[in-house]
This record gives sequence, C-alpha cells and structure tokens, in this order.
Amino acid sequence: MNGVEGYMYPNEIRLYWSVLIVLYPYITGLVAGAFILASLVRIFNVKEVAPTYRLALLTALSFLIVAPLPLQLHLGHPERSPEMYFTPHATSAMAMFGYVYLWYLMAVLVFEIWLDYRHDIVLMSQSTTGLKRLIYKVMTLGSTNVSERALAIDERAGWIVTLIGIPSAFILHGYVGFIFGSIKANPWWNSPLMPVVFIFSAMVSGIAGVMLLYMLITKLRKLPIDMPCVDTIAKYLFYIFIIDFSIEMLDLIHRIYEADESFRSISFMVHTKLYFSQIVLQIYIGTFIPLFLLALVQVKKLSAGVRKVSYVVSACLIEAAVLSMRWNVVIGGQLFSKSFLGYTTYKMSLVTHEGFLMAVFLTILPLGILWVLVKLLPPWHDKAVGEIHAVSATVR
Amino acid sequence: MNINRRHLLMMLPAAAIAWKHVLAGTPEDSPNYKMTDHWWGMLIDIPKCIGCGNCVRACQAENDVPDGYFRTWVERYLVTDWDIVHPEVISPDGGKEGFPAAKDVGDGKYFFVPKMCNHCADSPCTQVCPVGATFISPDGVVLVDQTYCLGCAYCVQACPYGCRYIHPEKRVVDKCTLCYHRITKGLTTACCEACPTGARQLVDLKNPNDPIHAFLKTHYVQVLKPQMATGAKAFYNELDGSVR
Repeated sequence: MNGVEGYMYPNEIRLYWSVLIVLYPYITGLVAGAFILASLVRIFNVKEVAPTYRLALLTALSFLIVAPLPLQLHLGHPERSPEMYFTPHATSAMAMFGYVYLWYLMAVLVFEIWLDYRHDIVLMSQSTTGLKRLIYKVMTLGSTNVSERALAIDERAGWIVTLIGIPSAFILHGYVGFIFGSIKANPWWNSPLMPVVFIFSAMVSGIAGVMLLYMLITKLRKLPIDMPCVDTIAKYLFYIFIIDFSIEMLDLIHRIYEADESFRSISFMVHTKLYFSQIVLQIYIGTFIPLFLLALVQVKKLSAGVRKVSYVVSACLIEAAVLSMRWNVVIGGQLFSKSFLGYTTYKMSLVTHEGFLMAVFLTILPLGILWVLVKLLPPWHDKAVGEIHAVSATVR
Repeated sequence: MNINRRHLLMMLPAAAIAWKHVLAGTPEDSPNYKMTDHWWGMLIDIPKCIGCGNCVRACQAENDVPDGYFRTWVERYLVTDWDIVHPEVISPDGGKEGFPAAKDVGDGKYFFVPKMCNHCADSPCTQVCPVGATFISPDGVVLVDQTYCLGCAYCVQACPYGCRYIHPEKRVVDKCTLCYHRITKGLTTACCEACPTGARQLVDLKNPNDPIHAFLKTHYVQVLKPQMATGAKAFYNELDGSVR
C-alpha cells in the first residue's frame, strides 16, 4: 500500500493525531517556560531579568489563550468538548485538561497579571478617554484603591500567586507529557521520563522564546537591549538546556542499551523517517549549535554585539529543536505499527482544518494576541507609562 | 411543596442530567436478557482458520463498516525457521477477499490469524477516554456511546491491538461491539455465524455449560500481547509466539 513498508494493522495506516497535536504541547510548553522565567524575578529574586517579567507573563497568556484551539480543531465533535468539564472520566489523563487549563488560566496567569497591572489599569482608566477608558474601567473590576497599603497587598498576593503558579506550570506541562508517557501500548511514548522531558523542554522553549521576543521588541522600539538581562536569561537557558538534553539522552541511551522488542522498529524509524527531524534538526542543529554558542558566551569574554547574535541564533535554533522534538514524539509515535512489523507515512494536508496552513495560523495567532495585549497593557515602565502616572497624579 | 429560588437552583443540575437521559432514549428491548448473567469473550481457533474472509465481509455488512476500516480483519503469517520472531505478515484489504496464493513454504509455515477487539477486562481504551464514552458493559463487552464520543482518538492510541478507528463520516470512534445487538437476543456474532470452519466461537465464561470451559482445560490457549495485562478476552488456540 502507498506509504506503507512492512505490515501495519489495517486501522493504523492513517495517523489519527495530526500536526495540530504537535502544536498543542509546543504551545503549552511556551506558556510554562515563559511563566517560569517570570517567576525567576518574583520568587527567586533574580533582579537582572526584571525587564522581561511582564512581557513573559503576557507571552504566557497569549499562548495559553490559543492552547486549546488545536485540540478543538482536531476533535471529531468539538461541540461535545464541554462534557470534559461536566462529566470527566476520573481515570483519564486527558479529562484533567479542562481543569488544569482553567486553573492555570484563571487562578494563576490572569490573576497574577491583573494584580501586577492593577495600579497601571486604574491610572490608565483615569487618564484615557472613550472606548479605551471603558475597557480599562472594566479591567479594574471595580477595585480602584491604589493606596500604598492596597498596592502592598497586591504585591504580597502576586507573590503568593506566583508561588502557586510554579508547581501549576509544572503540572500544566508535566501533565501533557503524562498523556503520552502513560500509553503503554506505544513504546515510543511509554516512559516515566516523558513528563520530565516535557517540563524541561518547555522551560527551554519558553525562556528562549521570551528572550527572543524581548530582543526583537526592544530593537523595534529602538531602545538599547539590557545586556545584563539577556546575559542572565542566557545563563539560565544554558543550564536548563543541559539538564533537558541530558534527560533526553538518558532516555535514548536507555532505549538503545535495553533494546527491547520495539527497538528494531524505533531504530529503523530514527534512521529513516525521523532522521532529519530528530538527528539533524533536533540534535545536531537545534541542540549542539545552541549549546556550543551558549557555552562559549559563558567561558569567553565576547563583545555585546557577538553575544546578541549568539543569543538570537541560539533562541531560534532552540525553538526549532523543541518544535521538532514535539513532532518526533507525536508523529513519530504513530509512524510504526504496534505489531513492530511495519511503518506508515504521515501525509500532511495543506488547507484542511488540520492542515499545514492552519498550523501556521495557530503558531502566528498568539503573536497577534500578544501584540494586542502589549498595546493594552504596556509591559515596560518607560516614558509613556511614566507620563500616565504623572498625569493621573495631577488629576488626583 | 414550596419551591423557593434556592431549591430550584439546587435541582437544576439533576434535572439537566435527567433530561439528557430522556434525550438519549431507551435501549432496544431485550426482555429476557440479564447482563449480569454473562461474561462474553471470543475463542479463535487458529488451526481452523482458512483465511476465506467471510468473517470480515459479514462484519462489514452487519455493522456498516466503512471501506478501508476494520472491526475485524484476518492476517496471514509466514514464519521461517531462520527468523521465528520476525514473521512476514500480510492482510490485503483486511483479508476481506481472501489472500493471494501462497508461495512455496520451504523452511517455514503459513497460518491465518483473525483479529478483532479483545474486549479487555482492564481495557486501556476505557481507561483513557476523557468523558467515559467508551465503557465496559456488565457482561464484559467494551462499547462506545457514539452520541457522547468527542472523537479525540486517545483510545485509538491506547489500544495495543489496533482495533479502533475514527469513523470518517460520524467522526467518532468505532470498533467491534461483539454484535451486542445480536448477542443480547440470544444470537451469535455475524463473524461467528459466517465462519465456515468454526474458527470463531462466541463464548460466555459465566455460563457453566459453555464448551469453552472444557476447551480451555484441554488446549494451549493464549491471548495476544499478554505483557500488556489488559485482561484480553479473545482467546487464541495454538497461538504462535511470533504473532503480534
């Protein structure tokens, strides 16, 4: 049969999880990683990365808003998805998605952003006019007290929410890894390391993503990039990336050494169908080059310009590596037969609701949402916001 | 009875659930059938299977299975003496129209293996369904409520035997129901009925008079992938170790 080598069970020839299911863990990973970067400032008191704190939170929110869309589009009956909230099946890992998602969205991210921005929102609701004023008024939720005591309470509450948010971010993405890792029928997925790999790769992709966005936006705003900030982010990125790569290699070495009945299939796949996406893109290009560049910056005194280029290249390659890792897990796990006797091929459609163009759209969409959020809630304390503060002070 | 607003609000969720049941309708009437009296499975006698494909055709006709998808299928194994763990397997169109003529066996053997849902007692597909649309009935049949299924395909991924698929028109999961609409009326399954050699036999483990009990005592019977610990109830007589 076309695209099939060896023997597949006849129902396995088509893939049931498409490129959209590749995007889902990638997007939630960016959310979790961006939030962890924000928590460095708030909980771990890493002051150097403060310029990215708000941007990290808004980035996390933008991607979190989009996270359920690939799942919805993939479902045969998306209109029935609320049943996961109303009648969840207690033994299903997937059934927890709705709750984990809502908890993370409402109890952690939106709440933390609101607490952090409340002062600004109140000031902007006083200094703006028309529709903007109305939007900001609604966003205050009627809480307009900006006294020192009220702001101190905001600060304290925000700290607690972030503290709760760290394990929540781990749960959000570790749980995504568990969805795959707990499938005993599929040896490519079935590993207790899967949630851990997902968490660390999430941190790597989220931190690299926010660093890239910060550098890009700062460049567009024609402002100097805060080098101690990006140097510190790159340092954390380097360490976490080493842990991530080590765990992934541990998993790979374990599989090679153990060489169980699935090994022949998996080895064949890695050397053929996944050779480019796993060996070339994920490991050689997406891991070795960024690790080398990030290590070089740690040990050598390089000029700011060289460091900036290194960071941008590393971040771009890391994003490609993490996306291809998701591809290798999701698509790779369906390319071989559970009989271990054959292989199929994934044929991605172009314009269908689960096709390539939809995947591109869903990848770009969070950036559009981020643009709106940045306009609405400027993440930097610069001149514009300073003026608002001054104006509102005179109004009062 | 006085119903105030508080009581009304408390009763609304219960009323919603009750209304859902009304909308779902009542199951087809089988007045003499008592679910708790049965525990269904299937005996597949490999030496008896001739690979004619009658079972596949009967299943597709009985259950309106779409082309290219299979609730049951038949595989032909060729196991050579030199590599007994890596057999050559074919199943052209699920074995629906039989198999091409076998080449000279030489140092090896040919045999047919009918496949279907194993109606596992501890089924991974039931475990992973996010809304409980897949469930095991009290008489041991793994079924799907297609009016409730989201079509997420998580169960398809979780099934170790490749027995599930997403129905291309209904956009929900579909699989062997062990012809539940027939067996609850005292009939056997369509595939068993169509098998000319008796290679497939519906068995009821709760029925003390079912010949399966004597068969299991006197034959070498195995289930597929026992290491998966799924409590499979498709029992294979003389199952070769190379079968996956």
